[in-house]
Amino acid sequence: MVGVTLLTFVLSHVVPGGEAHAALGPKATAVQIAQFNRVNGYDLPWWDQLYQYFRGLVTHLNLGYSYKYNQSVLSLIRERLPKTLVLVGISTVLAVLVAIPLGVLQVVRRNRPVDYALTGTSFVLYAMPPFLLGTLLILYFAVDLKWLSVEAPQASTVGGILADPRALALPVLTLAAITIAQFSRYMRSSMMEAMTEDYIRTARAKGAAESRVLFRHALRNALIPIITLLGLALPNIVGGALITETVFNYPGMGLLTTNAAINTDVPTLLGTTLVATVATVVGSFIADLLYAVVDPRVRYV
Amino acid sequence: MTATADRPDPPVPEDAAASLGALPSTPTGGEVASTGGLARQLLAVFLENKLAVIGAAVIVLMVLFCFVGPIFYPVNETSTQLALLNSTQNLPPGGSNPLGTDSAGFDMLGRIMFGGQTSLEVGFAAAGIATFVGVLWGAIAGFFGGWVDALMMRFVDILLSIPLLFLVVVLAVIFHPSLSLLILVIGLTSWLVPARLIRGETLSLRVREYVQAVRVMGGTSRRIVLRHIVPNAIGTIVVNATFQVADAILLLAALGFIGLGVPAPLTDWGSMLANGVNYALDGYWWEIYPVGVAIVLVVVSFNFVGDALRDAFEVRLQRR
Repeated sequence: MVGVTLLTFVLSHVVPGGEAHAALGPKATAVQIAQFNRVNGYDLPWWDQLYQYFRGLVTHLNLGYSYKYNQSVLSLIRERLPKTLVLVGISTVLAVLVAIPLGVLQVVRRNRPVDYALTGTSFVLYAMPPFLLGTLLILYFAVDLKWLSVEAPQASTVGGILADPRALALPVLTLAAITIAQFSRYMRSSMMEAMTEDYIRTARAKGAAESRVLFRHALRNALIPIITLLGLALPNIVGGALITETVFNYPGMGLLTTNAAINTDVPTLLGTTLVATVATVVGSFIADLLYAVVDPRVRYV
Repeated sequence: MTATADRPDPPVPEDAAASLGALPSTPTGGEVASTGGLARQLLAVFLENKLAVIGAAVIVLMVLFCFVGPIFYPVNETSTQLALLNSTQNLPPGGSNPLGTDSAGFDMLGRIMFGGQTSLEVGFAAAGIATFVGVLWGAIAGFFGGWVDALMMRFVDILLSIPLLFLVVVLAVIFHPSLSLLILVIGLTSWLVPARLIRGETLSLRVREYVQAVRVMGGTSRRIVLRHIVPNAIGTIVVNATFQVADAILLLAALGFIGLGVPAPLTDWGSMLANGVNYALDGYWWEIYPVGVAIVLVVVSFNFVGDALRDAFEVRLQRR
């Protein structure tokens, strides 16, 4: 965690021209820049700045100030983080709920047309840039069929966003599809592997019904690597959210990041990166806890 | 990608289904392979996987199409003025523009070749850098172990916890990258997964007898790492590198979409696609589908080839 903070600090100081140029514009005179630097403490030695940065972060959660939005980065993120959590949360749950039955289905019907079709689809989905997928979904569901809205809900509160499912559907669908493409292939091989284990033969020898063997024995063991994968895939899902939010103009962290990137709004960019990383780390931690719930062996190690 | 090494296996043949599960599909290659060399064994296994052969063919064709194609299909790719002089913007396919023109008046077919050069160059070069750095980092950490290993791998863990796309975007904003810088940025942010994989591989290789034999003979650490550990981990390295190419092409596409791709007049498939997507609602399909198909084809092909290579190398390990 400290490492990431250090890294964002270092990055913010290698920006050519520095903060002063970003705030005052390219026409700023040398005198103005010097004055700006003095007021904001940018003329201090780097170690003193690093100390100030850490102190601000720890005591006030101070992530800096965005001159583009004329707002502190913290308040910008505070407005948008819940919306992104909603998007990522719903999509990930949906992805897991779809990918697991699909994996089971592929194993039951392995090497049949259904299996090949699903494997093929996940390959193509995986290879498709998320923004292309989002656009194709818009063209089909919003433009051709007119079932769903082109744009994500623009409400300022989480409640407002949830109140507009027609607009929320496409971003969630896009992000979920990207995640399913990653998961279902692992799910399939994980189930396949579980089916070759000795305990499956034991269960069959006992005379357990095939459905019981599948769901109680194979699935429960196949889920273990999937939970690890969920933790590992989180950075990717968060990255996918960045693209998805941009495609649908969803007012969350990802769109904030994209706009910050286009406007060279470095404090905001570093703030969102830091928060995205923290969220990822917390998510991985939760995945580790879940792991212990699903696999009792872990608790005794 | 975080766990590229253990992507699932391709379909298993009918008869092997119940008992073999994830084993590769090569029950017949045994006798042939035992007489042939290692390369021939690998080739034999690889050729049995039809998807992989198709994938490899697609990659070769795409490389030829992008790099040799312009010789047979010379069009202006760099001057916007010239493009506008010769044709109109957003022209549908037909006549002298088989795939139409884009919003700047460039011929789409020629532009796909031109953008493909960038995408493929970035893919291969970034994957090369990521593999090179990752292999060295992982092999050194795994070989020396102890606090060196702990320190080096904690560094990897820290970087790995930053969502890759965010990291790349931050770096792209800060450095305003040219093509070569962009390759460096993607390459130097993608070496973490190979580093982890190679470290794991090294941990098991360093205790093998032949490594101890080299040490007894007075071989230096450097020699052991470069001449013995790395060549023996070549399977993992090559397989991961293949996936890295695909991931680098996708990462570049994402950057192009955000507007941080290669600087004009250069272009890449991602930037082209992002540009076409802007006109999606106008019905300019020729600016979206051909490029989209090109990206998907190439990335899927690299994944097929990577899967097949992994099976090929796993077979080698089983026969030993």
